[in-house]
Amino acid sequence: MTAYPGRIAATPRRRGVGSRIAAAGRHALGLPMLLLVVWALVATRATSRFFPDPVTIADAFVDTWVGPAFVEDVLPSLARLGLGAAASIVVGIAAGTVIGLTPWLRELLEPLLEFLRAVPPPVLIPVMMILLGITDTMKVVVIVSGAVWPILLNTIEGVRSTDSVMTETARSFRVTWWERLWFLVLPAASPRIMAGVRQALSVALILMVISEMFASSSGLGYRIAYFQRNYLIAEMWSGILLLGLVGVLLAVAFGLVERRVLRWYHGIREVHRA
Amino acid sequence: MPDRGTLLRVEQLRKVYEHPTGDVEAIGDLSFTMDAGELVCIVGPSGCGKTTLLKCLAGLLRPTSGVVEMHGAPVTGPSPAMAVVFQEYGRSLYPWLTVRGNVELPLRHKKLSRADRDTLVADALDAVGLAHAARSHPWQLSGGMQQRVAIARALAYQPEVLIMDEPFAAVDAQTRADLEDLVRELHARRRISVLFVTHDIDESVYLGQRVLVLSQSPTRVREDLAIDLPAERDQISTRALPRFTHLRTHVYGEIQRAKRGQNVAARPAP
Repeated sequence: MTAYPGRIAATPRRRGVGSRIAAAGRHALGLPMLLLVVWALVATRATSRFFPDPVTIADAFVDTWVGPAFVEDVLPSLARLGLGAAASIVVGIAAGTVIGLTPWLRELLEPLLEFLRAVPPPVLIPVMMILLGITDTMKVVVIVSGAVWPILLNTIEGVRSTDSVMTETARSFRVTWWERLWFLVLPAASPRIMAGVRQALSVALILMVISEMFASSSGLGYRIAYFQRNYLIAEMWSGILLLGLVGVLLAVAFGLVERRVLRWYHGIREVHRA
Repeated sequence: MPDRGTLLRVEQLRKVYEHPTGDVEAIGDLSFTMDAGELVCIVGPSGCGKTTLLKCLAGLLRPTSGVVEMHGAPVTGPSPAMAVVFQEYGRSLYPWLTVRGNVELPLRHKKLSRADRDTLVADALDAVGLAHAARSHPWQLSGGMQQRVAIARALAYQPEVLIMDEPFAAVDAQTRADLEDLVRELHARRRISVLFVTHDIDESVYLGQRVLVLSQSPTRVREDLAIDLPAERDQISTRALPRFTHLRTHVYGEIQRAKRGQNVAARPAP
């Protein structure tokens, strides 16, 4: 047998990993540091007590959140967020796949889904309070009712646009329905699904806070609203800071998962660019 | 009684696409047979319904009328005895699977042990010279290598007949020559039947033991030509043979006449 020469393209590696992380760190932290300094300078001159300087807020941050409040407020919030996001992902992908694969169902539901998506989810909070009471279930349902839409609609769109040649290939090799779902339909839709999940996570964070501000006796949203009503301004700011950090952590975690799931997708784009 | 050696029998095949603006007759009346172990090329003017024919043979499209039979049994859907190699390798291989994963996918529903499956995959990749690329992804490979992966996937499926739809139309000339020799080698060594659809006249004569020349749409078989070139072929010497030139000129003339829509002189009415 002849040996066939062939080149396997490798993704280009530019610099060392260490120096790249260091550069990324400089870029990521440079501007925030500058803003902190500006803020500190302005705060020392300002007379308004609503804008405390960063050091005061940092103190309040440690006093407020390190300790029992972490267990009483932060963890329940994160649990609701996690449950809500997970349920949105499961429901969105499962329902989206069924709807996307069933043309008549899709045509029937699409106008309705577009309408439901357009309803601002916070208005559902009073309704859910009546239906479900002031419970954790209510908060999780509110989160799902807002976060499920981008995943659902993106999954429908991704599933229905499976490439015709890829589908024909699967048919010609008599690939079974479940294998087709798992090895063709879902991976082909995964770039769109992940785009939906990214949107859904930010919606879920917003709804977690709002639902807790409305009706709760624990959680980050509840705490921030409580501090604000009692003029604990530095504590209020520290809560906002913590929420921002949660958002950043969520984005980083999503980025790691996305890189893993869509490695092939980014790989193709890199090869095409090279 | 069908002949024992007959693998594929196509009888009065007709395919009409229904359109609101008027029906399009892609295949008019097409009949031929293919024996087990043969390497048959189908060539025709562009737009003559080659792909439609192939999809009807592979059970991916239902003919309007007529019969397609494998070993005397009608083909009503994709058959485990056939494997298709599509022209668009970029859309027929799954980019999220590795080369190995792509070749393995059609074997998953076959009741094979893990070890048997691994052996089939390794053997097929070895046969196309890609054993070293098993863990790569298709998009990391050149076009010719990707089409080799598609061929390996078809081989691992262990079909009786390999149906190839203009598989080398999208690769460069040198790669194409290598791939043509690979097809001839697989046909000779594995005794696998090959039905090779192409628009390239030289390719059809170089590859085939028989060449079916199709007419303009609505398609019929214009000529069924036996290629009496030696079984051992090679890109340089075979293509330099006077007989090769004669045959390719003959097919070329037939295609030209087909394009002009001239009738076949020496074909009896069905």
